[in-house]
Amino acid sequence: MSSAQVDHAAAPPAAGVPTPSAFGEKSGGRAVKDVTARVVMWLAFGIAVVPLVWILGSTLVKGGHMLVDSVWWTNSQSGITSRRVGGGAVHAIQGTLIQAAVTAAMSVPVGVLTAVYLVEYGRGRLARTVSFMVDILTGIPSIVAGLFIYALWVTTLGFQRVAFAVTLALAMLMIPTIVRSTEEMLKLVPNELREASYALGVPKWKTIMKIVVPTAFSGIVTGVLLGLARVMGETAPLIILGPYTKVIATDLFDGLMATLPTMINQDRTEALQPALDRVWGASLTLILLVFMLNLLGRFVGRFSKVKG
Amino acid sequence: MTGRSTVDEDPRHPLGGDRASTGRLGDRIFGGLATTSGILIVVLVTLVGVFLLWQAVPSLLKNEANFLLSREWSPSGANPRFGILELAWGTLITSVIAMIIAVPLGVAVALFITQYAPPWLSKPAASTIDLLAAVPSIVYGFWGLNIAGQYFQPVLSGIDGALGWLPVFEDQGTSAKSTLAFAGMILAIMILPIVTAISREVFAQVPTTHKEGALALGATRWEMIRVAVLPYGKPGVISAAMLGLGRALGETLAVLILLSTLSANADWSFSIFNGGSTFASRIAQGAGEFDTPQKTGAYIAAGLVLFVVTFVVNATARIVIDRRKAFTE
Repeated sequence: MSSAQVDHAAAPPAAGVPTPSAFGEKSGGRAVKDVTARVVMWLAFGIAVVPLVWILGSTLVKGGHMLVDSVWWTNSQSGITSRRVGGGAVHAIQGTLIQAAVTAAMSVPVGVLTAVYLVEYGRGRLARTVSFMVDILTGIPSIVAGLFIYALWVTTLGFQRVAFAVTLALAMLMIPTIVRSTEEMLKLVPNELREASYALGVPKWKTIMKIVVPTAFSGIVTGVLLGLARVMGETAPLIILGPYTKVIATDLFDGLMATLPTMINQDRTEALQPALDRVWGASLTLILLVFMLNLLGRFVGRFSKVKG
Repeated sequence: MTGRSTVDEDPRHPLGGDRASTGRLGDRIFGGLATTSGILIVVLVTLVGVFLLWQAVPSLLKNEANFLLSREWSPSGANPRFGILELAWGTLITSVIAMIIAVPLGVAVALFITQYAPPWLSKPAASTIDLLAAVPSIVYGFWGLNIAGQYFQPVLSGIDGALGWLPVFEDQGTSAKSTLAFAGMILAIMILPIVTAISREVFAQVPTTHKEGALALGATRWEMIRVAVLPYGKPGVISAAMLGLGRALGETLAVLILLSTLSANADWSFSIFNGGSTFASRIAQGAGEFDTPQKTGAYIAAGLVLFVVTFVVNATARIVIDRRKAFTE
């Protein structure tokens, strides 16, 4: 054993004495780099927050006064022109909510069942294909989903452009997000629960319905709400499939139905102030709706019995 | 969001597969329903490809211009002439600009959240970045055009003054907020939450032993990140970038609102300070005039190209993720 090693082990390096390190001697350059990196990371986060604060700020300042007026929540734009102040967004809010509800009603069963298939049943080539296709569906641009439904609904089947066609396109975008989030949650359910259920002679489908899904329930709800928040702000399929109208409409299969995104799209090129005010108001309303769904989703997620 | 697959044989699921099924009616119905839903998704994606192709082909056959290399876009009439060169360029350049900004920034933000932020800040910071994804695309576009765009004019003039002799940075006289460069910047903000979320997830999975090992050897925090965190997270960052790219390629409304379209006889320019169109923005623009099958077919052909490109990008991301799994498990 060399004396140098013994010395080193005996006397811990005093302050200022270079520490032997696999990364080289302690030097000013290394410290500077470390500090620079730290500053850059903090700065990056600061930069990333700027647009969020800026967008929320400008929408709030420019659209906030529209929302405090109760007319905004009770009236439609029926009979209002770009030149006139007044009218509300209730037709668009209602349309957005109706379409979101119908979209969810279609997507949730398909999405949850597909996730159940992938986690509880699927093995082998089919399951791998399904999983791959879910990923592809996640990546499909919303405008392509709109085009596909147009090609199917209008060109091939010969129907009109109605709200139901919009919900079909939105469901295409929502299903994959539900599949993925539900899948994650089902995977977190401990296998012991399933085994205990099987040991009691409970059939597999009842085990899934009464044990697995309820255990993961709030996590699944979170996924649905976040998926809903995502499709609510979608505009591209609506431009192709769901033209704007100024009046309240509730029929999914006949006539036009207004939504908040199409309301923004309708007047966004206007130069007149009353119309622009309404665009900012509709933007703020839409952002608030989406944020509320996001927050609600996260809140529900807190009660999840299984943690990610 | 990373699309982890559950289909590989997993020793933790000894009762997986259908072995636990009793084979009774209830089990057969429920298992059948679940499998049908899975198959439905496969059918759906296949149908998208088939339908778009089926409706695009008649128009493509009638097209008198080269579909891939022409800049013209007049899909109606007896002699339709349309090509996607300009759309491909606009889509490519806006997405590339978005990636150049969003990937380094997203990785830095993810590192901030997982390695630098104090514990009390880490979670709120992550949620804040996630909220960027909650702002609808159309609001980004409207905000960019009316509020943020004016501040890009001096940036454009500055870059043009310094590097304007390069064709890429040549000032084309287009208003700064309507250029490909600014549309790319807005796209960067929109894909930032995706890049951050996925990078964050992989950085958080770096084994503590790797990090502590580096620190014990005398590494500074930055050196620890360079030798332990980044190499481990690399495949995750690559797939995050690909998924972000997939989103940027198909973004419609923000780009539609911002970009000024070029006139049919404008000179070709490689400048990022020029107007233009992307696949998605051109389709959205034409959405009001889908009156004849031939005209619609031309737009659907453009949509088909976009579908194929995003398919390839997303499939690549998926393969990269699966490779990483093979190494780490």
